[in-house]
Amino acid sequence: MKVHIDSQRCQGHGRCYDLAPGLFGADDEGYSKVLGDGTVPPESGHEARLAVLNCPEHAIEVVEEA
Amino acid sequence: MTAADDRFIRDYREERTDRPVGTRSEVVTGPVSDWATDFSHVEPAWAADPYPIQNDLRQRCPIARTERFGGGWLPTRYEDVAAIAYDTERFSSRAIIMSNFRPPRELAPVGSSPPISSDPPFHHDARKLLLPAFTKNAVTKQEPATRALCHSLIDAFGEQAVVDAASNYAQHIPMRVIAAMLGFPPEDGPQFRTFVENTLEGVNLPPEERGARIAPLFDYLVAQVHDHLGNPREDLTTYLLNAELHGQKLDPSHVVGTLVLLLIAGIDTTWSAIGSSLWHLAKTPADRRRLVAEPGLLPTAMEEFLRAYAPVTMARLVKEDMHWHGVDMKADDWILLSFPAANRDPAQFDRAGEVVIDREANRHAAFGLGIHRCVGSHLARMELRVALEVWLQRIPEFSLADPSAVTWAPGQIRGPRTLPLRIG
Repeated sequence: MKVHIDSQRCQGHGRCYDLAPGLFGADDEGYSKVLGDGTVPPESGHEARLAVLNCPEHAIEVVEEA
Repeated sequence: MTAADDRFIRDYREERTDRPVGTRSEVVTGPVSDWATDFSHVEPAWAADPYPIQNDLRQRCPIARTERFGGGWLPTRYEDVAAIAYDTERFSSRAIIMSNFRPPRELAPVGSSPPISSDPPFHHDARKLLLPAFTKNAVTKQEPATRALCHSLIDAFGEQAVVDAASNYAQHIPMRVIAAMLGFPPEDGPQFRTFVENTLEGVNLPPEERGARIAPLFDYLVAQVHDHLGNPREDLTTYLLNAELHGQKLDPSHVVGTLVLLLIAGIDTTWSAIGSSLWHLAKTPADRRRLVAEPGLLPTAMEEFLRAYAPVTMARLVKEDMHWHGVDMKADDWILLSFPAANRDPAQFDRAGEVVIDREANRHAAFGLGIHRCVGSHLARMELRVALEVWLQRIPEFSLADPSAVTWAPGQIRGPRTLPLRIG
């Protein structure tokens, strides 16, 4: 499972890096970025889901790896 | 003398007399006959409790109309509010306070207080200048001073049994923080309150009178600009004076317009959010006790207060005549863009009318949606969190001293302006 940010939609609300700081960080302008390759460790599944459910711009997805 | 000084040798406002003047509309006041056809966000009924009005409109007339303010529309469904916020092609931000004055079209895409008043493509670059100063990381630097201020405000309550949490607590927090960031004297706070009220609450006055009321704010800011030119320091005012856009220093009207935005938007919005949250906790003992017992829930609860009591409503102007989502909009019609109404749409939120302090999924729009997302949202969240943390630590027991004495700001920024709380 990986998290993915649509950078066209992200407006820097920062909900994802508030709620899932292990998965997301901020760039110098406050826009979100995925940390590392976005792989969600099993213990971070809930955080990843919170990030998705609280992004006002619907910019975050959790994608199942094939 | 540097090139930067040359921009402010003369009062830049004197050079604008040949500019297009904008249009004025007739001032209409008095009770609303029907909210679907005659809405007014400056009437006392709206200020006192806008939510039943919005809920009613969402069901029977989801895009309400008014002929006041020269004509405008009020969408109350989340999907319509979001669609307008995202559609900068058809809705302009050249005016964002609904009043009886529409600035001239030539003011776009910059507007009078960039970037909030700006449209693409100018908006992007003007906003980019501000973003680094307002990241979550950058505003963390203000947290220790904010916390100390909150404690000192509570210390000053002394032995009083009843305090006004709006004027003696909530108000001071954003005022001091933004003054520190802009490099303005902290003792000027009381003047800021007057500036805020005259900018945001005098919207239904005749435009000349409104202009006269706003003038002292510009005089103050121009004086601050001169002070910073003579005595540059590490603050946002000096930063804006030195900033460049497209290879040139900013136009003086851009510098002062952005200062207006940062000062006004930074104050009564957060003041309102802090006050509304304390008002809710004062009248809801179960939520108050739970947050005192579970301080770790505060960040989640705070988002719910922002959803349910979103302080900020924006405005837009329709660019061209069009049929939009079932109504015939005309060029220069106002849109009253109610994020509070969007945040209580049952189509978007379960139990939309209830305050659920452990709500886990909360895609609220309190800070707007799309390219105009509040640039100060990280600062506002820090101030709101610290203000509530300190209050709940220091004053875990409190209630409304007199519910009928609570007063709410009229207009586009809503929050308590008088909030007598009984301590203990």
